[in-house]
Amino acid sequence: MSGDLPAPLVNADSAPYWEGARDNKLLLQRCSDCGTLRFFPRYLCTACGSENTDWIEAAGRGTVHSFTVVHRAAFPEFQERTPYVVALIDLEEGPRMMTNIVGADALEVAIGDAVMVEFEDRGGDGAKVPQFRRA
Amino acid sequence: MSLRNKIIVAGVGESDIGKVPGMTGVGLNAQACKRALDDAGLTLKDVDGVLTAYTMTEPYFMLGTVVAEYLGIQPRYCASVAVGGGSPAVMLKHAAEAVLAGHCDTVLVCAGENRATGQSRDSAVAALTIVGHPYFENPYGPLIPGFYAMIARRYMHEFGTTREQMAAVAVNGRNHALRHPNAHMTKSITAEDVLNSKPIAEPLNILDCCLISDAAGAFVVTRADRAPDLANDPAYLLGIGEFHTHEHLIAAPSLTEFGCKQSGEAAYAMAGLGPRDVDFAQLYDCFTIVPIIEMEELGLAERGEGGERFLRGETAIEGSLPINTDGGLLSHAQAGAGGGIFGIVEATRQLRGDQGDRQVKKHDVALVHNEGGILSSNCTMLLGREAR
Repeated sequence: MSGDLPAPLVNADSAPYWEGARDNKLLLQRCSDCGTLRFFPRYLCTACGSENTDWIEAAGRGTVHSFTVVHRAAFPEFQERTPYVVALIDLEEGPRMMTNIVGADALEVAIGDAVMVEFEDRGGDGAKVPQFRRA
Repeated sequence: MSLRNKIIVAGVGESDIGKVPGMTGVGLNAQACKRALDDAGLTLKDVDGVLTAYTMTEPYFMLGTVVAEYLGIQPRYCASVAVGGGSPAVMLKHAAEAVLAGHCDTVLVCAGENRATGQSRDSAVAALTIVGHPYFENPYGPLIPGFYAMIARRYMHEFGTTREQMAAVAVNGRNHALRHPNAHMTKSITAEDVLNSKPIAEPLNILDCCLISDAAGAFVVTRADRAPDLANDPAYLLGIGEFHTHEHLIAAPSLTEFGCKQSGEAAYAMAGLGPRDVDFAQLYDCFTIVPIIEMEELGLAERGEGGERFLRGETAIEGSLPINTDGGLLSHAQAGAGGGIFGIVEATRQLRGDQGDRQVKKHDVALVHNEGGILSSNCTMLLGREAR
């Protein structure tokens, strides 16, 4: 997985998240009123409905909730990278997100493994996506 | 509003199924509609409502009115419903509510596409990436089988479901499809075939995944008091419920508990029935793990025991709880939103009791479950041979 994959799509909801990724930071939205963390970023707090939001930097640590090893990619640009791991991880702060498990031992991943964030170049203009490797 | 005993499925039809290169997707829907109306003893002139889903193979917007226009009718109730594979059952519910509210009398519901020949296999697979979250899932190269694979992995981890049990789901469907005159798949398979088939997204192999078919299905919804005028016995709607928990897997509340529990409870409550009253079931089986989960969530098996019931053969046509008697999405047909419609078609036929060597022995109450997305949108119905 590397820079020749396309840059992630950025929209108004997610722009701060992707700006943070460019600086090797994993940012999470936090409701300014009730404090609930949420992933993925969106306009309203799903807990209290507040429109007031700030962002915190996550520690970048999590555990694997589930995963799959993909052999048949849906996107042509991913096909030559098979087999690769797609996983759902639970961040230490609570929210769940999707990632690849990267690194030499990625295919040995198991549910419950501790993982650590790193950032992968995408698209060649400084854009990055958070990725996780076994800690 | 209770719909119990007030609404019937008056007729059902399915298009030619498999690879049907001489027909368009909308044409397949029209063929299924014609057959459903013939089955009911009705004509297009009787139809004043149309519901359909969406298409990924043909460049149409507003598919509800596209279908009505193609059929040459001008309904007073018409819409496109897009809750993925959950659409057919949800359309039945919405059609029933519209009829009972007096918005229309006779709703024609159809769904399906020319997915096998209307596009290349690569574009069929690529088109389905729109099910993934474009901003927070797709950068990681997931795919629909991958989403379900993560559910399967977690389910196996928590409840001990095995690959052998999942293979038994595929074999169960195939055995039933072999008895169906219009099923896409016509060759038998063994559990070893499933376990040794090409890996797609571990733990799912290609034979754990549903088909890509040219296929459409249709049914007619009307008031129960019109039953005496019909050409064939109708299926009575006893209970129905829907529940929607998320669209994308990253937002799913759980990887082991889904909205089928709530949709099922609503259907049972409306019908005044419980899981023990179900004689046979048509469950959504886009991947082999899914009917196992649905069985357990719908109370048809204890938690962790659904797979074992498939493995023991209890889900065969001769078994204690026949499941997916037409072969399901794994072996009968899958064409976009059309997949789940065949469960409604098959349940109606089985309730009539005239399906020959595919006929289940006890056929008073059928359960049909459709789900769309990644177990995101769920709809469960109970259909009866008679009002009860």
